[in-house]
Amino acid sequence: MTALKVLVVEDSPTMRQLIVFALKRIRNFQIVEANDGVDGLKKLNAEKFDLILTDINMPIMDGLKLVSMVRNDPNYSNVPIVIITTEGAAEDRDRALALGANAYITKPIQTTQILDTVRSLLKF
Amino acid sequence: MLANLYIASFQLHSTLDFKEVLQIILEININLIGAEEFGILLLDEKTNRLEPVACEGLELGQLPSVGVGQGIIGEAVKSGENYFIATMDGYQRDVLAPMVCVPLKIKEHVIGVIVIYKLLVQKEQFTSVDHELFSLLAGHAATAIFSSRLYSESERKLSTIQGFIDLLTK
Repeated sequence: MTALKVLVVEDSPTMRQLIVFALKRIRNFQIVEANDGVDGLKKLNAEKFDLILTDINMPIMDGLKLVSMVRNDPNYSNVPIVIITTEGAAEDRDRALALGANAYITKPIQTTQILDTVRSLLKF
Repeated sequence: MLANLYIASFQLHSTLDFKEVLQIILEININLIGAEEFGILLLDEKTNRLEPVACEGLELGQLPSVGVGQGIIGEAVKSGENYFIATMDGYQRDVLAPMVCVPLKIKEHVIGVIVIYKLLVQKEQFTSVDHELFSLLAGHAATAIFSSRLYSESERKLSTIQGFIDLLTK
């Protein structure tokens, strides 16, 4: 079974570690980490990913800008994108989904929320 | 829940740099507890006052300097017990009367306190996971802060001694 490649874009090392810890429990994911939107874009251009998880509030390039740019790339028009963020207002969620995110999880999170969302999006 | 506790503990003990330890404590409060406005005050043993050293969602200058035993914050530090406001309904930020105080302690020796003034909009109340995280922070954050300060002090002394040795051996 080919490992699925997942990109985690998050500027907080603590949060990044929690997400990676959760993802490693599901199956044989190949996980790549990025510190911000620009770092994330570099990695997306360097290799193909099957799933993207991103924060919104990050330095240099925020997650919404990243989502917008990813969705404008024909290579990534259908790749599931999960937002994991502190922004809890309904309008923030609506904006992210309108830009093309598939799921929106607000912090603080439990690993089970990440697992359930990823399983649902990747259909296993 | 266990994952959150594990990651928090792992991160706190992953570095001996004082500023990095403070940053990790801030990240734990934001990402794992859901605090939006909060601060860290550390005890100055010479003055017996708690002085702000880091914060999120407000300016460091807005946080108070508090004597041990004074007000809600000082009392929590004196008792070593977590303080939770009776009800969060209608709470407006009062820097001397936070919603939550978590004394940072090594055994029974309190070295500082985390004070929380506001939660993220989607965080309606504290859960059992939060109480576990507060217990973890109380001990592990205190140890991490203490170790990092000790390490930087010993590095400074080592640097001074090395300087003298270099001077004497020239």
